Amino acid sequence: MGEEHHIIPVWFFVGVLLLIYGVLILATGIYEFSEPPTTVLGNLRPAIWWGALLIIIGGVYVYHFMPRKS
Amino acid sequence: MVTSPPLAPGPLGLLLATEAGGEIISLRTVDLAIIAIYFVMVLGIGFYLKRYTKSGEDFFLAGREMTAWVAGLSFLSANLGALELMGWAAASYQYGILATHWYWVGAIPAMLFLGIVMMPFYYISKTHSVPGYLQLRYGESTRALSAVSFAFMTVLMSGINMYAMALVMKVVLGWNIHFSIWVSSLTVAIYVAMGGLFSAIFNEVLQFFLIWLGALLIPILGLIEAGGWSGLVARIQQNFPQGDYTHAWRTLGGFADNPMGIHWTGIVLGLGWVISFGYWTTDFLVVQRVIAAKDLRAAKMAPIIASYFKMAVPFIVILPGLLGLALLPFTLVPESAVGPGQHSYNEVLPLMLARYCGPGLLGLGITALIAGFMSGMAGNVSAFATVWTYDLYRPFVRKNATDSHYVSMGRWCTILGVLVSIGTAYLVMQFKSIMDYVQALFSFFVAPLFGTVLLGMLWKRATPAGGFWGLLAGTASSIGMWALVKADPTKLAWIALSPHAKDMAENMYRALWSWIICVVVTVVVSLLTRPKPVEELNGLVYGCTELPSEGHLPLWKRPIFWAGISAVAFLILQVIFW
Repeated sequence: MGEEHHIIPVWFFVGVLLLIYGVLILATGIYEFSEPPTTVLGNLRPAIWWGALLIIIGGVYVYHFMPRKS
Repeated sequence: MVTSPPLAPGPLGLLLATEAGGEIISLRTVDLAIIAIYFVMVLGIGFYLKRYTKSGEDFFLAGREMTAWVAGLSFLSANLGALELMGWAAASYQYGILATHWYWVGAIPAMLFLGIVMMPFYYISKTHSVPGYLQLRYGESTRALSAVSFAFMTVLMSGINMYAMALVMKVVLGWNIHFSIWVSSLTVAIYVAMGGLFSAIFNEVLQFFLIWLGALLIPILGLIEAGGWSGLVARIQQNFPQGDYTHAWRTLGGFADNPMGIHWTGIVLGLGWVISFGYWTTDFLVVQRVIAAKDLRAAKMAPIIASYFKMAVPFIVILPGLLGLALLPFTLVPESAVGPGQHSYNEVLPLMLARYCGPGLLGLGITALIAGFMSGMAGNVSAFATVWTYDLYRPFVRKNATDSHYVSMGRWCTILGVLVSIGTAYLVMQFKSIMDYVQALFSFFVAPLFGTVLLGMLWKRATPAGGFWGLLAGTASSIGMWALVKADPTKLAWIALSPHAKDMAENMYRALWSWIICVVVTVVVSLLTRPKPVEELNGLVYGCTELPSEGHLPLWKRPIFWAGISAVAFLILQVIFW
């Protein structure tokens, strides 16, 4: 998309948002080691692996669709 | 709107009644930061895209340069709003897996039909809207009828959904209702007025990811807790031994055999054929996203790509409702029966979210809901701006203005549309019964419009007079049937052909009858009036249009190949959950 307008692809914006969210959620998950969550199955540490997943997806999108000077 | 009024009248109506009880979720700083970042991001995208939105083609059709994936995800997201998610999770708690019909038979065949059969005509005719196609095919009167009804209903529905969403935020989070309405709607007004359809589509793609990643944890953790699908089924049977909540077709043999009070003919013909095809193939709100594709192949592939994701949506919408049946330590009740300390069906999704998601994840889930609402509203106002500017203002008010004038009109129209929506939201706050009427009004137009567009595309003998009178007769008959049942609810037995039919069945059968009336009137009037010359139908009608061949493409690049796989997957799902 954006062949005519040379717009930054929407996938880049998706990547940035997921990357930021991933870092925040992962950090929250790490903090929860000192203050364990009270949610059901909180012992599985969903914030840790979900935050990591968001970082991976976001990182891949940011890297792949980052605007580069030709 | 959250955008499938014809598909979700029941749960939406239920949601709108949600006012009892205290807040379900309390947010922490990290959750609020996640929500704030989302607002900054969508406004930033709007500012960024403004510089690329100069011509009418840019503002109203996103430059017609969307790839199949972007158009497809946007097409799906325009429908996948917050109330849709919460409403159908509630419906699945109430009706069980029957609710999946709105995602499978009520969507997949229509989406594939749009991609393979109808998209070539929308795209080759270079129309900018569905009313625009009707003008090319039938003339100004049919366009005017369709455009006025669409524009009017779109902003009203947008206001109703705005109010409903603010109410949900109040119930779930304890937020001030005025704060929710003004902050979210002004944000939408700013980014759509700046970037037009570009902005709307970009944010719909963002929303797609947020919804999936925000909601996916619930079914994953829920299935772990329940012990997989078999454990889920066993727990539901243990908790609710009187009902069958896990079979999609087995209980549809009679009106009295299932909690929806509907027969399989209503699901297949009313929902699967008329309502679903009407919504997915003629509602400009969703079709606009596909018209914005960069070429015909992308336009055909977009709804086909969307069909795969649509098929999977029950995993994040229906499954949480079923998990609620299996795992919640208390029973949810209908809205009208909620007492102190009790929760209604409509709260099942927030309850499940709060059950599994701690700080951070909770913010992501709530952001998904807000994003769903905002992108649905953006879809509404961008479609409204296009139809108003191109189908009403240009032909009937100011014919020969410059392109920049129409872009300016589109921007102002976007702001005006949001303000009218806000006004509607406040009106609904005072007079709640308006909601029922407006939702019903919207459904009046969908089924007959499908008959008009379908005959226009596939039958070259259909005439301008036939199209206009068929659409008018179908719409009028739908209104008549609705008024009849409203005045005397026992008449529902006439419309649905059974004394055991319930409200949900009425929508299905009313749609079916109004479609049939539209088609019959269109055919009869067309046969009595003079058809358009064949040369005027080029690019508009099957048999008069040379469709580009795809024979030179390898099999895996042909839309029909992917549509076939989608159809097979759809059939397999029906067998598995029969």
